[in-house]
Amino acid sequence: MAISFTLNGKAQSVDVSPDMPLLWVLRDTLNMTGTKFGCGMALCGACTVHINGEATRSCVTAISSVAGKKITTIEGLSADGSHPVQQAWMEEDVPQCGYCQSGQIMSAVALLSKKPNPTDTDIDDAMSGNICRCGTYQRIRKAIHRAASMQTGKAKSAT
Amino acid sequence: MANASVVNRRDFLKVGTAAGGVALVIGFYLPGKFEALAAAPPAEPVALNAWVRIAPDNSVTLFIDKSEMGQGVVTSLAMLLAEELELDWKNVKFEFAPAAPPYFNPLFGLQGTGGSTSIRASWGPLTKAGAAAREMLVAAAAQQWYVEPSACHAENGAVVHNATNKRLGYGALVEQAAKLPVPANPALKDPKDYKYIGKPVKRLDTPSKVNGKAGFGIDVRLPNIQHAVVARCPVFGGKLKTFDDSKAKAVRGVKQVLQISTGVAVVADNTWSAMEGRRALQITWDEGTNAANSSDAIRKLYLAAAEKPGAIARKDGDADAALANVAKKVEAAYEVPFLAHATMEPMNCAADVRADACDIYAPTQFQTFVQMTGAKITGLKPEQVRVHTTFLGGGFGRRAEQDFVVEAVEISKAAGAPVQVTWSREDDMQHDFYRPAVYCKLVAGLDADGWPVAWKSRIVSPSIMSRFFPGSVKNGIDESSVEGQANSKYAIPNFLVEYALTEAGVPVGFWRSVGNSQNGYITECFIEELAKAGGKDSFEFRRKLLANAPRHRGVLELAAEKAEWGKPLPAGRTRGIAVVESFGSFVAEVAEVSVNRGSGEVRVHRVVCAVDCGRHVNPDTIAAQMEGGIVFGLTAALKGQITIEKGRVQQSNFHDYEMLRLNEAPKVEVHIVPSNEAPGGVGEPGTAPIAGAVCNAVFAATGKPIRRLPIRAEDLA
Repeated sequence: MAISFTLNGKAQSVDVSPDMPLLWVLRDTLNMTGTKFGCGMALCGACTVHINGEATRSCVTAISSVAGKKITTIEGLSADGSHPVQQAWMEEDVPQCGYCQSGQIMSAVALLSKKPNPTDTDIDDAMSGNICRCGTYQRIRKAIHRAASMQTGKAKSAT
Repeated sequence: MANASVVNRRDFLKVGTAAGGVALVIGFYLPGKFEALAAAPPAEPVALNAWVRIAPDNSVTLFIDKSEMGQGVVTSLAMLLAEELELDWKNVKFEFAPAAPPYFNPLFGLQGTGGSTSIRASWGPLTKAGAAAREMLVAAAAQQWYVEPSACHAENGAVVHNATNKRLGYGALVEQAAKLPVPANPALKDPKDYKYIGKPVKRLDTPSKVNGKAGFGIDVRLPNIQHAVVARCPVFGGKLKTFDDSKAKAVRGVKQVLQISTGVAVVADNTWSAMEGRRALQITWDEGTNAANSSDAIRKLYLAAAEKPGAIARKDGDADAALANVAKKVEAAYEVPFLAHATMEPMNCAADVRADACDIYAPTQFQTFVQMTGAKITGLKPEQVRVHTTFLGGGFGRRAEQDFVVEAVEISKAAGAPVQVTWSREDDMQHDFYRPAVYCKLVAGLDADGWPVAWKSRIVSPSIMSRFFPGSVKNGIDESSVEGQANSKYAIPNFLVEYALTEAGVPVGFWRSVGNSQNGYITECFIEELAKAGGKDSFEFRRKLLANAPRHRGVLELAAEKAEWGKPLPAGRTRGIAVVESFGSFVAEVAEVSVNRGSGEVRVHRVVCAVDCGRHVNPDTIAAQMEGGIVFGLTAALKGQITIEKGRVQQSNFHDYEMLRLNEAPKVEVHIVPSNEAPGGVGEPGTAPIAGAVCNAVFAATGKPIRRLPIRAEDLA
């Protein structure tokens, strides 16, 4: 039976096993490969997407559980890489191999939506579930602070 | 598929040959025709050599012949080409080169990326290729304007006539330029005129790595592609005995179950179905001779080997004689475990085997081996095997191997379809080629003033090179097993390093910084023991013993200065220092740590790193590689351990093979020594000193040396 949800703002329907993880539906059924497979056990964060705005590990999320929900993946963050977090990532030249960065960015965006000016402790708490084997952590931290000031700066100039 | 365009090799491998339509231009070489030609620019991009292709719209595609695994090589190689070719950086695009002889790494004699060789191997050839292409473009413009080439210069992707300021973009010149002879000795720029080299340039691959579009091996999507996983014998060297696939075939999405050389492959229409199918397989393995192997058994083997003389890796003076007559003796044994690479992108590969051709889409460090692997399995000629290199989601030496390529080609051949094989994290962790576990027994002697006069060491470990490049192992010495110790520059007159090559029944391979990962740690910690035994300051002791090693001393002094060595720290914090030469570069690191003996936690707060890698390309890449190399080495020092029981790897995923995480990452400061020396590597050298620096800081806190890794709570007491 088809399972329907909203993917990056568009209605989407798939006919797959209800227990198939969202990760593999995205990657193999829908060929949206920006969301990565890292561990399959919610241990590394490479597969992080937003479900109804919450950062969620798609590798342990059965597709049946997302019926009717709103899913955002890295591909849906912005049409042109202009999201402040993406901009900040480019300014700091965060990625090395880049494989974990979709998940890092999705976790960072979720953090900033809740805490527009996160402290280092907030960043520790929100980002320690995302492993980067290349060791870009220092730049991730800087980029999150940068994105925060870009967003709050924008908010200020808008008022 | 994302990002990996299929390249028509004939078009750009014919060095100096223009593609498309040129033969129709009659009288091409007659004066007067050039203006007409320029008015009708070529429809197709034209190659000027194996690395440079220029399109009519002035966009330039640079072919990157090294694998991008995070080390920034795309950008660094592009900078070398762009510098001499006077490119406008905003018009630079890149593609990964196919497997072909023009791209052989001169240091390996084949196409491959490893050993921190990319800049060392490419600086000469790429700057020369860029300069030759520039001279051809200038000559083409000069012909068109009826002036001497010396009356023109190139800038920002165009040739300019000095006197009149007339200007022609490369896109309008390239077809003509490609017909000119390739200059054998083009003039290279004076380094003082460099616009890119030596400056921090933003990475070309970052935009695609923040929007999900960067194409890794695991992201390859081809029409009608099938997804496969493989069940492999959990014991190294074991073989398939029997299997029952009836339940596996009943899993929704499973198409085929195939026996291949490494085990049983389940082929499905998606990866998850293939994994579910594999779970339903019933397999009996012949576990072979390693079935009873264990970490304890391996350790016993090592201890026994350490009692017998080994092959001599380095011998200065007479250590035994000197040790008979010293004021003080220091003895120690150091141990490090097997380590998995744990690249974030698990092993994978896609292949499409057909009767007359084979395409392999691989996140590989060694394209030539991939081509050979494909040819061997399919029976095709190497030139019928096209290798498409993708981005690598981490390499660290793991992707120098061929096992994942073998599986993809075998499965595609048997399935008669394009197939992508994907390893689970458990597959990846339990079927790696591990950093060797090592045991090293040491004894040193100090004179009455506390200075070392003798060093005697016996290193016991398996050999990587015996499998990978067997010809390189001579007289029982695998250089990769003794590097980081046998090449020590500490002025100790009687210096003996022996190597006891001891196979352990566990596959071993290159792991970021290779032998330096263990020998850097062992040497720097044992030197620290000698400093303490002689009552000397850690920094001054090293400085004096490295008096005749100026580049070691240079980074040591810079790191100490920037870390304010000697300045008191807040209560509960200590410093440790280490310096290691590897891959042509020199790195010193000072770690600032605190030790909680109650919880057994070692916290690394700050690392100051000084690096001398000679002439360098992109300082921001160097900083990134030091930052990353330090985190990589910290994971090993604080957490990493692969153990064997019943012939199997006991760890399976990131819960029992843990990685350093963001909340544990220290603040890293990188200082680059200005240098005109030959370029050195940067991908690996940052990793080698960090375990030593951290353990020496712990030693300062606890008064006890850390003689085994990872650091354990009981070793802090």
